[in-house]
Amino acid sequence: MAGFHSVAFAVLAGPDRPDGSASRAEERFGWTEARRRPAEDHGIPERMTQDRTLSAAMAAAQAGDAEAYRRLLHDCLPVIAGMARAQGVRPEAVDDVVQDVLLTIHRARATYDPARPFLPWLRAITQRRAIDGMRRAGRRSREIHDPVAYEAETDGGPAPGQGLEARDRARILARAVAGLPEGQRQAVEHLALKERSLDETAQLTGRSKGALKVNLHRALKALRLALGPDSADLGRPKPDPAARERGTHDV
Amino acid sequence: MSERAHTIPHDVLVDSLARGLTPVRPLPAPAFRAFAWCAAALALGLALMPFADLDALRTRMAVPDLRYAALGAVLTAVAAALAAFQTSVPGRSWAWATLPLAPAALWIGASGLGCLRAWVAPGTGAPDLPEASGCLVFLLTVSLPLSLGLVLMLRRACPLRPNLTAALAGLSAAAAAAALLVPFHPHDATATDLALHLVVVGLVIGANSLAGGRLLARG
Repeated sequence: MAGFHSVAFAVLAGPDRPDGSASRAEERFGWTEARRRPAEDHGIPERMTQDRTLSAAMAAAQAGDAEAYRRLLHDCLPVIAGMARAQGVRPEAVDDVVQDVLLTIHRARATYDPARPFLPWLRAITQRRAIDGMRRAGRRSREIHDPVAYEAETDGGPAPGQGLEARDRARILARAVAGLPEGQRQAVEHLALKERSLDETAQLTGRSKGALKVNLHRALKALRLALGPDSADLGRPKPDPAARERGTHDV
Repeated sequence: MSERAHTIPHDVLVDSLARGLTPVRPLPAPAFRAFAWCAAALALGLALMPFADLDALRTRMAVPDLRYAALGAVLTAVAAALAAFQTSVPGRSWAWATLPLAPAALWIGASGLGCLRAWVAPGTGAPDLPEASGCLVFLLTVSLPLSLGLVLMLRRACPLRPNLTAALAGLSAAAAAAALLVPFHPHDATATDLALHLVVVGLVIGANSLAGGRLLARG
């Protein structure tokens, strides 16, 4: 069984072992030479050729050759995108990372040493910009899975039956207001319920502001008495929506 | 950067970068640039030498822990400068950042030993306030131009981890300032002295990471 596993591993891992060494199974079965040759023929030299081309183009770009630079950046596009994807950048964010890397290459072009391979230099920049990109994306809000918070969330909308209650309260209040003397009723309706100013109410009703104030004060006192002892703050004559809300609730 | 980049196609960006291409000279090797900075720091030390009390220096250098502390400070400055220049170039190993750890251990360890000696064999009086504040001012005033020079040199490269590079630059500048302080130090290392140095080193590294990190990131 163990033998099977090591053979399977050798077949799977084969020439891509990071240290380039042969596996035990390869040595035991004498595959080393046979398996290594294709890798040398295709994968590695191809990458080395690509590196040499890019390195030469970068050296030319450092000397000011714009055409070589344009070609270099074009050739780098798929390489950068591949590196970014390998780093774990999500497909929709790859283009952002690619352009960040292009800008960094432009800014860092003096740090490239033509005596060294080009791809490790490019990979270092890409990895860093990919991490930066993922951090930026991580800071943005996104969907999360949290069933407890979902269940514990309070509903900001009206509770069931709230409409009925509100209608009841409005009816009771309307009846109580209707039972007030004429002057007091006008004061409550205009100043408290319709939130008009003293000036407007004075014009509409033809009463003085002082009389309106007195009427409102008396009306509120009467309503408090009429609607029970625990509704002390009903209908304050302030245009304050929170106070108004509280007033109607307490009736 | 990305918001702007997101809206334009790759080809347009490539073309605009190629159009704006100016010839650049490849930067010298990081080791060479670190050497240049160390030479500048050494020149500063030599310029200050006429004001040093050389006899007292010779006496102090005869004491092993003071000698090792001074050596540790010099080595830390050099190693941290080399590490800062290496990490400012893309593609160089981050392991360079660990280079100053060993000399820093020697520096702090030897200074700590000096404190222990002063504690076991008292008689080397603790520095009084004016002396201590004199050291503080010296360390800060010497650290500032050294840090500035280092950060300006590092900005020419492209540190991919600006905070790490700036912290290394701070360590290098602080260690160099401590090494330059040695010829002017009026007393042996003591606990207050070490604490003071550590505070200043922390301050310089912190200031460098805060300001330098931003300077390097923006460059």
